Amino acid sequence: MNPVFVASDNIISPLGFTTTENMEALIKGITGISLHDNACFSPDPFWASMLEEGKLAEKFSEYANPGSFTRFEQMIICSVKDALSRCNLDFKGERTLLILSSTKGNIDLLDHATGSRFENNRIYLWHTAGLIQRFFGLKNKPIVVSNACISGVLSIMIGSRLIRWGKYDNVIIAGAELVTEFVLSGFNSFKSICPGPCKPFDKDRQGLSLGEAAGTVVLTVNREMAQDGCGISVGPGFSGNDANHISGPSRTGEGLYIAIRRTLEKADCSIDFISAHGTATPYNDEMESIAITRAGLHQVPVNSLKGYWGHTLGAAGVIESVASVFSLRENTLVNTLGYTSSGVSQPINIISKTKQAELNSCLKIASGFGGCNASLLFQKI
Amino acid sequence: MNENPAITGYCLIHDRQVVLSGDLLFTSNEKQPGAFFTEVYKNYSLNYPKFYKMDNLCKLGFLASEFLLKDKEITTRYSGEDVGIILYNAASSLDTDRNHQQSIQDRLAYFPSPSVFVYTLANIVIGEISIRHKIFGEGTFFVEEHFNPALMHEYVSRLFNDEIVQCCITGWVELNENNYHGALYLIEKTSPGKEGIAIFEPQIIEDIYLQRR
Repeated sequence: MNPVFVASDNIISPLGFTTTENMEALIKGITGISLHDNACFSPDPFWASMLEEGKLAEKFSEYANPGSFTRFEQMIICSVKDALSRCNLDFKGERTLLILSSTKGNIDLLDHATGSRFENNRIYLWHTAGLIQRFFGLKNKPIVVSNACISGVLSIMIGSRLIRWGKYDNVIIAGAELVTEFVLSGFNSFKSICPGPCKPFDKDRQGLSLGEAAGTVVLTVNREMAQDGCGISVGPGFSGNDANHISGPSRTGEGLYIAIRRTLEKADCSIDFISAHGTATPYNDEMESIAITRAGLHQVPVNSLKGYWGHTLGAAGVIESVASVFSLRENTLVNTLGYTSSGVSQPINIISKTKQAELNSCLKIASGFGGCNASLLFQKI
Repeated sequence: MNENPAITGYCLIHDRQVVLSGDLLFTSNEKQPGAFFTEVYKNYSLNYPKFYKMDNLCKLGFLASEFLLKDKEITTRYSGEDVGIILYNAASSLDTDRNHQQSIQDRLAYFPSPSVFVYTLANIVIGEISIRHKIFGEGTFFVEEHFNPALMHEYVSRLFNDEIVQCCITGWVELNENNYHGALYLIEKTSPGKEGIAIFEPQIIEDIYLQRR
């Protein structure tokens, strides 16, 4: 089995256009979530993490004409472009694959006002993936993973498997999601949007904050491409289903517990910290605390980064994995912004203050609608 | 001993027909997908009231899995976490996405509904099948422009090789406006005396999908 290394990465969010810019903001405790009053998105004001109007197009105009690309496409291209510029990868070769992770892609095109500017096919995720492939001149037909809020973690897991199986030498995983009226109105109808910035795992948590972001992780079989002298490898990962409810997590954390347990069974190390899903909805965070405890990991430090970027759906697993990789390299545990005291039934070890610690391994977990859950290990080489 | 995964059953729902492992089970004149699915459901007295809450994509996947798994006793023969569901389509959940969009398009008739919104994710169909059959294992929804038997074959074969699954439901569940095409395959390891009904390989997967077998 081929080992798999992280060669490069990127995060694009209101906190910055590179991984470093984003992580510096996190370490300073700066959030991307703010109050928006924009009738194009919601009849009422709402809290979300959204890219400033014009900033993305300005960045994108370095590469191509923003008028010919949707916001979603611009975000992905900017993210992949930055990640590829940071590694010496033969990305046009036969041994490289692109995986696109998103739940809704260009969904804002369903709105007549936005959609009329682009051809109808643009709405399909396979079309977006093909467009990115052509933009970068990639040889292989990309793969698209659209599996609710675990899409990002699944995509990295699938990418690492494809390398381990010898199918490709390099896999570029790009995850992106917009904040749209489509998604905002849906979560509002579920009454799951927090009336302020979200508070993961907190006793006063009242729901999630949405966010938009794009993230890229470049995986490779080539050890010498493992970045910066402090290489990170991608270990085993599994998914698991609750088989319980399509929109509410299992009370026993079944699917997540199965995914974690199977990952730990294949892992050759202990876990130094957990990057949780932590959406700050009452049910999600409670379920995660149960699954973590059932897996015997209740003493392991755990954070949720949703207080910084909001819930970025199909991008979440990618950007939070990038943050995990950063944490491992820099031996830094990032706090759970918005958290003050525990509001979950199990006494898990939530990181409330950003601090230095010797870190060698991270478990990234995620859960989503459809009862889906995923767990993936990252390790220092 | 032949330990290679084989196709042990398949169900096609397409063009007003239901076909199970080569046998035509049901046919109708009903052109509307939703009405056709309800006709199938009633004809087989499936008795699963949640069916009526599902969107058409889920109804399609649910019905195909009902026929595919009937009498297969997969949950007694396998641990639930050893059964995987790996599905594909082209339009994701676009059919329901359009419904949700319609509910927010007009500010004077603004009525987004959680029971519609929850179906604006293609992988909900994996959730529905998992709930019905107590399947806890590996699940992924891929979006592909066209039916892709090579990817379908390779990905599931590797999952078997790595023992991530012992049994897997894989296939295509596409629903876009009035067009629908469901093709689910049950893949299991076989042994002499317990052979599957077809070899698990791309050409055969495609022949089944196109009803050339």
